[in-house]
Amino acid sequence: MQDVLSLLSFSDGGWGAALAAGTLVTLTLALATLPVGIFLGLVVALMARSRSPRARAAATVFTTVFRGLPELLTLLIVYYGGQILIQRLMASMGYEGQLQINAFLAGVVAFGLVLAAFSSEVWVGALNTIARGQYEAGSALGLSRWLTFRLVVFPQLMRAALPGLSNNWLTLLKDTSLISTISLVDLMRQTNLAVGATKQPIVFYLAACVIYLLLSAGSGLAFTVLERRANRGHARG
Amino acid sequence: MTFRDILGFVIDLDLLDRYGWRFLEGIGVTAQLVAISFTLGGALGLLLALARLSDKGPLRWLTGAYIYFFRGSPLLAQLFLLYYGLGSLRAFWTDLGLWWFFREAWSCALLAFTLNTAAYQAEIFRGAIRSVPRGQREAAAALGMHRAVTFAKVIFPQAMIVCLRPLGNELILMIKASAIASLVTIYDLMGVTKLAFSRSYDFELYLWAAVLYLLIVECIRRLWAVLERRLTRHLRAGDLPQPAQRNGLSRVTKTALKPNAQ
Repeated sequence: MQDVLSLLSFSDGGWGAALAAGTLVTLTLALATLPVGIFLGLVVALMARSRSPRARAAATVFTTVFRGLPELLTLLIVYYGGQILIQRLMASMGYEGQLQINAFLAGVVAFGLVLAAFSSEVWVGALNTIARGQYEAGSALGLSRWLTFRLVVFPQLMRAALPGLSNNWLTLLKDTSLISTISLVDLMRQTNLAVGATKQPIVFYLAACVIYLLLSAGSGLAFTVLERRANRGHARG
Repeated sequence: MTFRDILGFVIDLDLLDRYGWRFLEGIGVTAQLVAISFTLGGALGLLLALARLSDKGPLRWLTGAYIYFFRGSPLLAQLFLLYYGLGSLRAFWTDLGLWWFFREAWSCALLAFTLNTAAYQAEIFRGAIRSVPRGQREAAAALGMHRAVTFAKVIFPQAMIVCLRPLGNELILMIKASAIASLVTIYDLMGVTKLAFSRSYDFELYLWAAVLYLLIVECIRRLWAVLERRLTRHLRAGDLPQPAQRNGLSRVTKTALKPNAQ
């Protein structure tokens, strides 16, 4: 037990600081992806409800593809595909040389696309809960379509969407562990390194699981606060 | 023009000759992995759901902790914990005569996926069982039916109908998650793709894998929809002309009739 504690400690020979740094990378990646994915998801949801058949078709294709592909495959396609794309682009502009695409950026793009596909379903469901009369009332008050959306629809939308988005966030948090396969030193990668150095796989993988659990539990609390805030204008029951 | 020529417009035929069979084998491995772990996970999940709903405190608490652990941490970490973690206790497993199991990446992946999907399926079953109205249980008790018979003949069939849709979603999530097995040297569809890519450096292979995964997921989705329609055909509104019977429908049946209703 003493050995285990010293392995996880923050002192010399302990991996505590490394794991904490990895946790920070995991959190940063997830937090950087969140706004990208959620905003893109809202755009896809609005497209899915638009009058233009072309926009609707594009939204369907987008959600089918990114909900259907394994997250690992999406990540590798973005990572390697992006690399090839940029290399060709640079070659056409006369730059010859090796280019490495940033793993963090590839993660934000790949997980952002997946999150957008899943959160768009949540947004569509939330948009359906808003009665037509709300839009009509907005236009009767002389609000533009954008102002109606921002002042009337969106606050009600958040209330309906929060539980679903909270699920999306938890999935995202766990999915970010896949970034370790393209050598970004997140919590999972840091754990792998610790296991390689100490030959204590049980201790470290268990520790990683517990850290992920703590992150989930922490975000659960944060979402409770957010939901209470979104519901503050509503009577309970 | 043969079929092969037409195919040649879309994909690299040379690549197809070299890796085509391997991709098919990879699909077979993915299918086996998912089919076995999803089925075993379903059985385990049902048991967990029953334990979670039992009136024995410790049992409820233990299954709650199990479900929380497997739903709250990444499958990747669980797989590594089983394969590298438990696999490192060689002497212990040899003593127990289980070393052959924990030595193999295949059985460890199967175990990890089974334990993981069991936790998710347990929550699905729990929600479905709880959605069966209390009156059903009371009516069965009033008829003098044993608790086990009540469960098997009254509660379970109604709960399964509520389960169908979320179980289909879970199956699709499992197919996608199974790509993680490629990280512990299993040559499933993802593993084959990575191997072929590391030899040829042809990016087209990843696009093949993407199309194949999408095809598999889409086929499963459609098959599941057919299955669902068939299994709920006795519940459709058109087949229930008498108003008396319609009023008598339980909440469960109503949700099964209109699963999308809020």
